[in-house]
Amino acid sequence: MKILVCISRTPDTTSRVAFTDNNTRFDADKVQFIINPYDEWYALVRAVELQESQGAAVTLLHVGGAEGDAILRKALAIGGDRAIRIDAEPPDAYFVAVQIAAFLRQDPHDLVLVGKETIDYNGSQVGGMIAGLLEWPFVSLASRLELAGSTAVLERDISGGKEEIEVPLPVVVSCAKGMAEQRIPNMRGIMAARTKPLTVRAAEPAEALAPMIAFELPKAKQGVKLISPDQPEELVRLLHVEAKVI
Amino acid sequence: MSVLVFAETAEGNFRKPAFESVSYGQRVAASLGLPLHVLCLDHELSESSIKQLGDYGASHVLWDRNELFRHFDPQPFAKALRTAAEATQASVIVLSLTYNGRALAPLLAAQLNAGLVTGAIQLPEFVGQEFRIKKNVFGGKAIATVALRTPVKIIAVLPNAVAPQRASTDVAVELFESGVTASDWKIKIKGIRKSSGKVILSDAEIVVSGGRGLKGPENWGMIEELAEVLGAATACSRPVADVHWRPHEEHVGQTGLTIRPNLYIAIGISGAIQHLAGVNGSKVIVVINKDPEAPFFKAADYGIVGDAFEIVPALTRAFKRFKSGELTFS
Ligand SMILES: Cc1cc2nc3c(=O)[nH]c(=O)nc-3n(C[C@H](O)[C@H](O)[C@H](O)COP(=O)(O)OP(=O)(O)OC[C@H]3O[C@@H](n4cnc5c(N)ncnc54)[C@H](O)[C@@H]3O)c2cc1C
Ligand SMILES: Nc1ncnc2c1ncn2[C@@H]1O[C@H](COP(=O)(O)O)[C@@H](O)[C@H]1O
Repeated sequence: MKILVCISRTPDTTSRVAFTDNNTRFDADKVQFIINPYDEWYALVRAVELQESQGAAVTLLHVGGAEGDAILRKALAIGGDRAIRIDAEPPDAYFVAVQIAAFLRQDPHDLVLVGKETIDYNGSQVGGMIAGLLEWPFVSLASRLELAGSTAVLERDISGGKEEIEVPLPVVVSCAKGMAEQRIPNMRGIMAARTKPLTVRAAEPAEALAPMIAFELPKAKQGVKLISPDQPEELVRLLHVEAKVI
Repeated sequence: MSVLVFAETAEGNFRKPAFESVSYGQRVAASLGLPLHVLCLDHELSESSIKQLGDYGASHVLWDRNELFRHFDPQPFAKALRTAAEATQASVIVLSLTYNGRALAPLLAAQLNAGLVTGAIQLPEFVGQEFRIKKNVFGGKAIATVALRTPVKIIAVLPNAVAPQRASTDVAVELFESGVTASDWKIKIKGIRKSSGKVILSDAEIVVSGGRGLKGPENWGMIEELAEVLGAATACSRPVADVHWRPHEEHVGQTGLTIRPNLYIAIGISGAIQHLAGVNGSKVIVVINKDPEAPFFKAADYGIVGDAFEIVPALTRAFKRFKSGELTFS
């Protein structure tokens, strides 16, 4: 059983969001980068649990520049056997998916885990695109994942509830809340991560199909209108007459 | 060339995202002077229910009545969309970024080598052959413009973001076979668990949400009562779900659900940045908090500083009087 966990690198959730180069690029100045929370808390931890319980081999894969090595080391400290970085500055999600699909053609895995979305560009694209390129089944927004032989048993979010499903391997799964509990790397993990292999590979040529060309900040709120606690009717009036939402 | 819309259904019913995507597609088609086709994959529909799509500008509907579509699996759904796209020579495909749309759109985009935008919040700007489309990024803290330059373009519209426009178009329904077979379905559905709330949180237009300020699960009665008066769904902050005062399905925020209702009423929630990430796309935010310094007030449109245990029941009474017509405004 081989599991591939796709690791992306995102600004820390509390980062200031600003743009540079005439609003065409995220301003990374003084920004702390982390493992995308969905990849870390859910995809990676669930893969490590399956490694512990079923002896699965876990590969971590990141598509990005050398600054991604620190993220991969941190991920290795949580678990996993080896890490691979495909060296490129991805221009869009399709480019990332092409790299991961090309890697999987050379080095087959049974299960590919991605996060629900990256918290910066909020794409929700890479996982489905990998499945599209490889013609594999795709389970999105999974909140539970078990393996039973060559079958995966999952629970997936649907509008107004959850769906329990079964699917043969290989499969791509996007991981959402509920799949696992966050783990803090311990000293032993951090030490072990130093000697685990981290290899860098060249990227495949691929075109960008949907680049982001400009950014803007949303219009600032006008400022809160305060209503006195003893005038609830005034709030009802404002919501009806001014905001027109009731 | 044409515009193809996938109108998503559940058990023979269209919900709002389907109308939004039909209307969005209709407006793109009109701008480009292209015909519009709508695809429905649901055997439980009827001709008369499909005619509703005319209210949003659909004139031609392709309907595949294969029962297999009862169960969602993105690969065969994408295959059906590819067949329809080929039959209609679609150059633009529009769908909604629902739970299923999130799986379907990227899969289809990779197979068609199509540029994709997930979560469009506006109609495209047309610049030569290029579409420029805005979407929220950084959990709503910024807006990006995505450039689609490919011959086929896919737009997954963010639910509740682009209001559908009313029309009254005559609908021609054509039976359609998209060529899927049972062997295309790799995913088997074993069961479905519906969540307890009366109004589905992800679709709700009004959401009443409670935080740790409510002190304990026994105090949620007043939250539910307010929600009921407003026809709203209930939600909560993460710590509230973590200590099991409320089910985890209700937790909104960066690690929970992202919602964009027309009205979000936050009661006893401080407004931490991770909470805001899931709700700041809401059109109007009302905050009720006893601490005037609570950060949520900075993100709010309307606020009441005071004790929720006094304000919420009074507010519920006022909404009741408004709903019954007793309280009116000239
Ligand atoms: C990585 C990460 C991810 C996270 N993801 C999420 C997430 O997805 N969603 C989320 O919600 N949180 C998330 N959090 C937690 C978040 O940082 C906050 O801790 C949390 O949102 C606080 O919840 P709260 O507002 O209910 O509680 P508190 O912060 O304790 O606030 C309670 C509020 O109630 C008010 N209050 C008290 N009594 C009354 C009263 N009688 N009447 C009126 N008001 C009263 C207080 O003034 C206070 O403002 C995350 C944190 C981290 C680190
Ligand atoms: N550069 C990347 N390298 C590796 N995996 C990625 C990369 N970008 C995105 N992913 C994976 O795809 C998921 C969804 O990303 P996105 O489609 O960009 O929202 C992430 O949670 C990661 O698991």
